[in-house]
Amino acid sequence: MNKLVELLRKNARLTNNELAVMLGKTPEEIEKEIAELENEGLIIGYSAVINEEEVDRNSVTAFIEIKVSPQAEHGYDDIATMLAQYKEVDSVYLMSGSFDLSVTIRGTNLREVALFVSDKLAPIDGVLSTTTHFILRRFKEKGIEFPLIEDDERGMVGP
Amino acid sequence: MNYEEILSQKTQAIKFSGIRKFFDIAASVKDVISLSVGEPDFKTPFIIRKEAIKTLEKGKTAYTSNAGLESLRSSIAGYLNETIGVEYDPKHEIIVTVGGSEAIDAAFRALLNPGDEVLVCEPSFVCYDPLIRLADGVPVPIETKQENKFKLMPEQLLAAITPKTKALVLPFPNNPTGAVMRRDELADIAAILRERDIIVISDEIYSELTYGDEKHVSISEFEGMKERTIVINGFSKAFAMTGWRLGFAAGPAPIITQMLKIHQYGIMSAPTVSQYAAVTALRECRADIDYMVGEYDMRRKLIVNGFNEMGLECFEPEGAFYVFPCIKSTGLSSQDFCLRLIEEKKVAVVPGDAFGECGEGYIRVSYAYSINHIISALKRIREFINELDG
Repeated sequence: MNKLVELLRKNARLTNNELAVMLGKTPEEIEKEIAELENEGLIIGYSAVINEEEVDRNSVTAFIEIKVSPQAEHGYDDIATMLAQYKEVDSVYLMSGSFDLSVTIRGTNLREVALFVSDKLAPIDGVLSTTTHFILRRFKEKGIEFPLIEDDERGMVGP
Repeated sequence: MNYEEILSQKTQAIKFSGIRKFFDIAASVKDVISLSVGEPDFKTPFIIRKEAIKTLEKGKTAYTSNAGLESLRSSIAGYLNETIGVEYDPKHEIIVTVGGSEAIDAAFRALLNPGDEVLVCEPSFVCYDPLIRLADGVPVPIETKQENKFKLMPEQLLAAITPKTKALVLPFPNNPTGAVMRRDELADIAAILRERDIIVISDEIYSELTYGDEKHVSISEFEGMKERTIVINGFSKAFAMTGWRLGFAAGPAPIITQMLKIHQYGIMSAPTVSQYAAVTALRECRADIDYMVGEYDMRRKLIVNGFNEMGLECFEPEGAFYVFPCIKSTGLSSQDFCLRLIEEKKVAVVPGDAFGECGEGYIRVSYAYSINHIISALKRIREFINELDG
């Protein structure tokens, strides 16, 4: 496994210097490796893991299961790429199992998400049905556990 | 009632450790970020925890045999054979204890007659000195030095040996310095001890946390040394099982038999659930250990580099999960440095003199913390150093 990728996966804000020290390389080597990963499309971007509900108490995130009828030639791609273009949409996945597309939507309030589903998503040609699941509480995202779940419970204990 | 008169003189003379004292101070300051604890930040691997739950569900809640579950002692024998290549008879040469500390205590009490001297490499874990005193022995510190990478040098050992020397405490990989003894260095120590009736108490609790390509070496591997060595190890550090309180000692049957007596009267048997879980740990957790060691290794490099960059000379440790940077350049004593660091920057580290007088001028910094935690603590320490200079 590529250790550099693992470190960046956990924290993309580590400096080249810090990465270099930990991996026993020079910062220049790290810079080059990251550039390669980016150029080859292995790393396609960086983003912060946000504690959304803390930033905005009304913020709502929903997972939407969508059943669609695949189109000739393009299969699911057309609908998926179209959905991906909405700014409200965080992620779009083609899934195995009892539905076809899984879409994550983030809105500033419940109504906004509901309207997105009823006005924008459901009427799309080929969309057969949608099921909306709202996130109630976040525990872990992108490998990072949310605070307040478990503090460092190691006491300052010593002989 | 005058308790001072009632209480044991010997026990009253023992002090609480410098670590404890400092933790009490740190605990009284709000929002401290700590690089001070001596236990892994990893949780016990899930498979071990599950085994413990299963054990409870099956209702295995009785004592085990005094020396520990047979299956565990066999697994320990297998583990020792695999890791240090020494064969121990699980029936007579291995005892399962409540952490490594109990094994150390029992070893001193099994060995020492009043006035016997025990050589102790320092800086080192705080328990040796008081436990030796409680067993009526006389601790004789040997100061390991930074210029020798905090290793025990053969000439130091020779100079410290007297007709009263009963034992040598060999604590490597070392807490707090992170020093390790490599094969050729241990060979020199073994050559000295082989001709003498001195018992080595080899505290190898950090053995799995040895970095670089060379693996941990035990002094018991050398010719003539198995019969002179009590190997102490346990599950706390390698398997992230501190709270399970489980360690073991392996050594010559006559010594283990005496230790068993002490253990049987004072403890009865180590926690049963922990023992069952430990069998799983030894059999199935190699990959978990390797993962944790890899993580510690990256943090080790990060933190050593951090201290050297801020101008605090830091010896590169090869084992355990501590660094021991020298703070003499600041002109502060270890105590003052740590107190001011906690007051001014709210970072807790442990003063080096807690680990023996020769630790003065150093601080012990644990890297059993996440990378992000380490980076933010280092930043605060750097500010502290800069403000001292300014």
